Amino acid sequence: MTDAPLLQVEDLQVTFDVRPRGAWPWTPSLKLHAVGGVSFTLEKGETLGIVGESGSGKSTVARAIVNTIPASGGRILWKGQELLKMGTSERRRHRQAVQMVFQDPLAALNPRMKVGEIIAEPLITHHPETPKAEVKARVGELMERVGLLANQINRYPHEFSGGQCQRIGIARALILNPELVICDEPVSALDVSVQAQVINLLSELQRDLGISLVFIAHDLSVVKHISDRILVMYLGRVMETAGADELIDHPVHPYTRSLVSAVPIPDPVVELARVRPVLEGDLPSPLNPPSGCVFRTRCPLAQPSCAEGLPPMLQVGPGHASACPITAEEGVAATA
Amino acid sequence: MLTSRTAARSLETAEIGPAIEGRSLWADARIRFFRNKAAVAGLIVLIFVALFALFGSHLTPWSNEEVDWSVLGNVEEAGRPSIATRHFFGTDALGRDLFARTVQGTQISLMVGLIGAMIAVVVGTIYGATAGYYGDRVDNIMMRIVDVLMSVPYMFVLILLLVVFGRSVLLLFVGIGLISWLDMARIARGQTLSIKNKEFVEAAHAIGVRPATIIRRHIVPNLLGVVIVYATLLVPNMIIYESFISFLGLGVQEPLTSWGALISDGASQMQYGTLWMLGFPLFFFVITLFAFFFVGDGLRDALDPKDR
Repeated sequence: MTDAPLLQVEDLQVTFDVRPRGAWPWTPSLKLHAVGGVSFTLEKGETLGIVGESGSGKSTVARAIVNTIPASGGRILWKGQELLKMGTSERRRHRQAVQMVFQDPLAALNPRMKVGEIIAEPLITHHPETPKAEVKARVGELMERVGLLANQINRYPHEFSGGQCQRIGIARALILNPELVICDEPVSALDVSVQAQVINLLSELQRDLGISLVFIAHDLSVVKHISDRILVMYLGRVMETAGADELIDHPVHPYTRSLVSAVPIPDPVVELARVRPVLEGDLPSPLNPPSGCVFRTRCPLAQPSCAEGLPPMLQVGPGHASACPITAEEGVAATA
Repeated sequence: MLTSRTAARSLETAEIGPAIEGRSLWADARIRFFRNKAAVAGLIVLIFVALFALFGSHLTPWSNEEVDWSVLGNVEEAGRPSIATRHFFGTDALGRDLFARTVQGTQISLMVGLIGAMIAVVVGTIYGATAGYYGDRVDNIMMRIVDVLMSVPYMFVLILLLVVFGRSVLLLFVGIGLISWLDMARIARGQTLSIKNKEFVEAAHAIGVRPATIIRRHIVPNLLGVVIVYATLLVPNMIIYESFISFLGLGVQEPLTSWGALISDGASQMQYGTLWMLGFPLFFFVITLFAFFFVGDGLRDALDPKDR
């Protein structure tokens, strides 16, 4: 089993049933394709960044992996084991290895529980036999590890700042020594200065503990800083995937290009001089996605052929694939 | 800069010192509640009424069923409230001590109110939280059952039951218990629907906490505030229901009595000038209801500071 990657997601599909407003009970509900055919692999100790605008399905992918949203198709392999075919109790046991950090730090903590109880919850859920003193010692140890004072153990979440709350969330995710931590926009609700602290904490923890990370964000510069590889999503589909530096330096897919160009450069002269393609319009409704390439309605390079059939992921370089046949050749030339 | 050695040392101990006790949301609410004067006054009145119900029988030599033969036939004169005859609240039309009867009626009325509210809190909260958390089909079935039970004209059914099976306190409790939790279940379900979409519930789910534990540990403590407020407002309602049924003469059985029965008796004797028979039970009835409403308002303001 040693050769199987830590996490392998193949053609993951998530659909939601949406009831039209004012529908009769017997009218069939509409299918919302939140995630359509996402595939990626994650090796041990690696960090995968997932970027995309709101509604692109990046959080849904995370939730399908931790099974708070049921996947409707595809496969999720954990060390070669099929997760979606596991029984409830087996799946529950498996959850020890995968933990999640949430977007809104305060909302992710139960306001009626003490911080110590919140951090200890995974431990007492999966190992209820652990003696109390040991739980307390472990919680104190973790609080110091994430940069909180251990004597704050009896405080309540509302007595902490946003950054501190996120540290509590991280401590909770780490208490079971997980192999994979999924961070769902862990810094987008925080101040910029606090963002940097939390990101540095995460990458430090990852280095020290050897955990893998799935890091979801809509801020490309944040993702680039922490990720080894980046996956770009649009309307539930993968647009491009490559190593972090490769993706930022040589984006191939038109969507990635516009994302990269939207990242501000901290130099006013360069910033003013550069020409940036601005995306027009909004994300199309996932209830009624465009035929063919889902990005074609906003793509500056769109051609009539884009409406026919889903574009395949084309290899444009080592570990670099893009779902745009139009720019692929030029991409191959650029990376070669 | 202040750099005395003692200050530095105290700073040092503060940093590594013993665990700091946090102030929970409940503690915050308690402080807010005790700042509300009307609510505290209501609470004091309730304590006074409860003490009256618990220990009042020790203050009078009379029992609630003993007839004072010396006043019988001359209740208007001899049955007046007086310290000398030890009838502090006077006697009723049959010469029974009204103080003892009021104490006993208070016991029954409070018990009906509290038991009704307790059933509502326990059954209604668990039922509503379960329906709300599981959602979809479970929710639909469970809430339609509540709808069906609600559409039954319970007062009519209760009166019918009391007529058919005879009057008994037990049947009264059963009847009130059966209807009191329906509203509570709806309220708890509504709250649960909004709580279950919070991220901390999702976090618990992602951790692998079992659904029953999620309901117990994460959902119920967060909807308890609303439930407590509604329960304090439910107690007076239950007392009013019971009094209404007793006023109709269908409630508790003689020689037991309740506020409703006492008020009914007093009202029927009003034309003979024996107003104390109406006045004393009515006084307790009114102040208790007022006190419950004030306490309920105070609790709502304390537990739900956003809604003010």
